[in-house]
Amino acid sequence: MADGFALTEATYYILLSLVRPRHGYGIMQLTEELSGGRVHLAAGTLYGALNALCAKGWILLLPAEDDSRRKEYVLTEKGRQVLKGEVARLRELADNGERILREE
Amino acid sequence: MENTKTIRKWFWVWSFEKEEEWLNEMALNGWVLDSVDWCTYHFVRCEPGEYSVRLEMHPYDEAYVSFMKETGAEYIGRMMMWIYFRKKTEDGPFDLFSDIDSRISHLDKIGKMLTVVGGANLLIGFVNSFSPARLGWVNLLCATLLMYALGRIHGKKEALEKERILHE
Repeated sequence: MADGFALTEATYYILLSLVRPRHGYGIMQLTEELSGGRVHLAAGTLYGALNALCAKGWILLLPAEDDSRRKEYVLTEKGRQVLKGEVARLRELADNGERILREE
Repeated sequence: MENTKTIRKWFWVWSFEKEEEWLNEMALNGWVLDSVDWCTYHFVRCEPGEYSVRLEMHPYDEAYVSFMKETGAEYIGRMMMWIYFRKKTEDGPFDLFSDIDSRISHLDKIGKMLTVVGGANLLIGFVNSFSPARLGWVNLLCATLLMYALGRIHGKKEALEKERILHE
């Protein structure tokens, strides 16, 4: 898990989007698509999150092939571990919720 | 019919949301912000509601501006530390911040700037109070105003932090 903390929805979807290399706008589009339009990543929020995730070493900026190309990011091995931990945490939350509500 | 319009207007730093609201009202009325100068807003005609306008405090950063352009936003210009963007409404909703954390860090950025400028004025004002020109009061007045602004920004931040206890 992420330093023992839960990930924000934005962070979770950004990491999930970067299992394959994507640029900023691609992350925004995939996040909307995956969440059925529920989660919208605003550009400023995304930019701040990408910088913070790079600093943590969970994602990295791919070297641009030429200057005109849009910047692409990808998940690192460390980021993949964090993401896996988060999926397990979310499963626990959802399982507990479903079980307890069912027993009611 | 005139196609451009210039309005001189002053907004205090703590009313940046009001400034944004006003710019979007102008866009709804068919005038979209096209460039900015010191307390001066230049508008051009647009279809009513054709654009959304956003502003934020952000030190100038080429990488950030090109990132924003990639997402379909247009860079309008800068005034002091404020940066202005617009986006066609048909290209989807336009927000700069989509969670509480990034709103808080934006307010932090504003707070830091006010602290630095306010602190500098306090220091200069203090030093100048002992100089023969006796102009230190000008800086002390500025410092007071900036500290007041800092308080207003801090209040906004506290309200968001309370909200964050329950959700993102």
